[in-house]
Amino acid sequence: MSSPAVTEKKQKVSVPFDYNKYLRPNKLPHIWCPGCGHGIVLKAMLRAIHDSGIEKDNICMVSGIGCSSRTPGYVDFNTLHTLHGRAIAFATGIKLAKPELKVIVVTGDGDALAIGGNHFIHVCRRNIDMTILVMTNATYGMTGGQYSPTTPMDSISTTSRYGNIEPPFDACGMAKAAGASFVARGTAYHTIELEKTILEAIEHKGTSVVDIIDACPTYFGRANKYKSASQMMETIEKDGTVSVKQADKLPPEKIEGKALRGVLHKIDRPEYCEQYSNLIVEKAKGK
Amino acid sequence: MAEKKKKLLQGNEACVEGALYAGCRFYAGYPITPSTEIAEGMSVRLPKIGGKFIQMEDEIGGIAAAIGGSLAGLKSLTATSGPGFSLKQECLGYACLTEIPLVIVNVMRGGPSTGYPTGPSQADIMQAKWGTHGDHPAIALTPSYVQEILSETVRAFNLSEKYRTPVIVLYDEIIGHMREPITIPAPGDLEVVDRAKPTCPPEEYFPYDDRYDVAPLAPFGSGYRFHVTGLNHKKDGFPTNDSKIIRENNERIMRKVDKNLEEIWKNEETYLDDAEIAVFAIGSTARSARFAVNEARKAGIKAGLLRPLTIWPFPDKAVKELAKKVKVIIVPELNLGQMVNEVERCSKNAEVIGIHRVDGEPINPAQILDVIKKHK
Ligand code: SF4
Repeated sequence: MSSPAVTEKKQKVSVPFDYNKYLRPNKLPHIWCPGCGHGIVLKAMLRAIHDSGIEKDNICMVSGIGCSSRTPGYVDFNTLHTLHGRAIAFATGIKLAKPELKVIVVTGDGDALAIGGNHFIHVCRRNIDMTILVMTNATYGMTGGQYSPTTPMDSISTTSRYGNIEPPFDACGMAKAAGASFVARGTAYHTIELEKTILEAIEHKGTSVVDIIDACPTYFGRANKYKSASQMMETIEKDGTVSVKQADKLPPEKIEGKALRGVLHKIDRPEYCEQYSNLIVEKAKGK
Repeated sequence: MAEKKKKLLQGNEACVEGALYAGCRFYAGYPITPSTEIAEGMSVRLPKIGGKFIQMEDEIGGIAAAIGGSLAGLKSLTATSGPGFSLKQECLGYACLTEIPLVIVNVMRGGPSTGYPTGPSQADIMQAKWGTHGDHPAIALTPSYVQEILSETVRAFNLSEKYRTPVIVLYDEIIGHMREPITIPAPGDLEVVDRAKPTCPPEEYFPYDDRYDVAPLAPFGSGYRFHVTGLNHKKDGFPTNDSKIIRENNERIMRKVDKNLEEIWKNEETYLDDAEIAVFAIGSTARSARFAVNEARKAGIKAGLLRPLTIWPFPDKAVKELAKKVKVIIVPELNLGQMVNEVERCSKNAEVIGIHRVDGEPINPAQILDVIKKHK
C-alpha cells in the first residue's frame, strides 16, 4: 500500500479521527440490534467523511424510513429524516437549492429500491452530485422482517413463509443502467475497504451509489437459520462476495453466484447542478 | 416610483407572477392538467433571477424536492391538480409536522380518479383540509379572479413563511385558464413576508423552540446543524416518546392557525348589510354568484354574497354572523356537497341550500338566480 495517491491522502488528513466530533453523543445508544451491520457502516462512513476533510456544516445527510434510515439522528451534520422512499427526492431539492452542500443519502434496500425506486432511477439519470449509501440487508427490519427487493429466492421471511419467489434486484446494475457515474459495492465485513469505497464515492462528482451488503441477524438471520450474526456476516458478506480485483484472476466457477465488491463503474459525465448553471441559466439570460 | 405593468394573463400565469413577486426561488413539480402552465412559467422565469426549477419524476418527488428546497432556504412552490394532489398528501403532512414553509397550488379538475382533466371542479375542498392523515394545521386560499390569483399566491407565501406551515392555493380550472387584464404590482405594493431566521448562536438554537408558537427556521448549511424528522419530536428536532411533549407539540402546530384566525381569514362581502338571502361561494362559482346577486337586487330581492378568500380555516365567524341576519344561505359549489355542510354547521337559524354540479360545466348565474327567486 505505498502508492503515491495513498501517501498524498494521508498527508492531507492531519487531524486524527475522533468519533465525538461526528456523533451526537447524547442521542446514543442507537436503536440497532446487537450484531446489526448498520453500526459498522456508520463507522466506515464517518471515517470516510473525516478523511474527505469536508466541514460538518457543509454536509447534509438525508434518509428515508427504516432501521438504516435512523443514521442521521446520530450524526452531527445538517440532518433530515424524511418519509419512506423519499430521501432522494428531498435530497435532490436540497442539492439543487444549495449546490455547495455535500449531500449524502443513507437508505435501505426497501427504502431505495422498492417504495423509492422511481427516485433512485431518476437521480442516477440526472447525475446530480450526491452520494447514496444503500444498506442492503434483504429485509424490512423495522416492520419485523418481511421480504424486500433484495431478498434472495427461496429465503424465508414473515411474508414469505413458504420461500421467496421474487428474484432480487441488483442495485448496482440498476444504478449503472440508469446513468449513475459512480457505482460501487461494499460490505460491513470488509470495513477498511468500505471506508475507502465510501470516501471515493464522496469525492466523486455526480451521483455515486454504494450498495452496502450488511446483515439483519434479528429477522433475516433467525428466519433463515443462521447460527449467529458473525456466521451470517461470514457467509453472506465474506464468502458471498468477491472483489473486482480478485475476480479478474479467478476462474468463472469461483465467482459464480457471488456479488462483486469494489468500484464497479466510474465515468466522467456532466453533473446536473453544473449543467443547470452552465446551460439553462446562461441560455435564459438572453431570452 | 416603479411603474405598474398591465398584462393580459391566464390564471396560471398570474400564479407564476405572484410566486415570483413573493420571492419564490424554487419550483419542483410534475406536469398535470390543468396546472402545467405554472410549471412551464416557472421553468422560464426562475433561471433568469437566480432561482431553481426542476421537473421531478413524479408528483411525490415534486413536493418532496420543494420541501428540500425550502429547508435549504429558498421559498418553494409546487403546483398540481386532483390526482397529483392526492399523491402529495403524505409529504403535505410531513411539511405540517416538520413546519417547513411551502406553497402548493391545486388547480381543481373533475374527479374522482383521472376524472375530467380539462373540466372544472371544486371537489378538493375537503381534501385540502383532511387529505393527509393525522391532525394538522390547514390553510387554503380561494381566489376568484386572475388578479386575485396573483395576490393570493403572494398571501399564501406570506402566511406560509409567517407560520412555518404549508399553504394551499385552491382554484378551479375555469379561472386557472381564463384570461383577464391584470396589473402586476410594483415592488412594495404588496406586503412580502420572509420567515424568521435565528439570531442566537448555533449551540443555543432549537428548530422547534417551545418558547414560541412559531420558532425561527435556519436554512440547512447556515452553520446551525439540526435534525428534522417526521416522527413526533422535541424542541431540538429529535424523536420523542414523551407523551406530554407529543401532545404539546401537536397542539402547538394547530395553535399557529387557531390563534391567528383573524389574520388568516379574508372575506369579501357584497350587499350583506341589509340582505335577507345570501350566497356563499368561492372561485369561479363566486363570479356567477355575484352576477346572480346583482340581478336579484335589480329585481328588488335583498340578496347578498359572502365570498371567502380563505376557505381553511373555515370562516366560522363570518358565516355565524351571516346566519343570524339572513333567512337563507345558498351554497353553490362544483361538487356534490362539501362547503355546504360546513356552512350548515355554522348556521343555527338560517336555512342552508346547496347547488351542486359535477358534470364538468360551471354553475351559471341563472341557476343561482333561480334558487334565490324561489327562496326570497
Ligand atoms: S431489525 Fe435487523 S436491520 Fe433492524 S436494527 Fe435489528 S438487526 Fe438491524
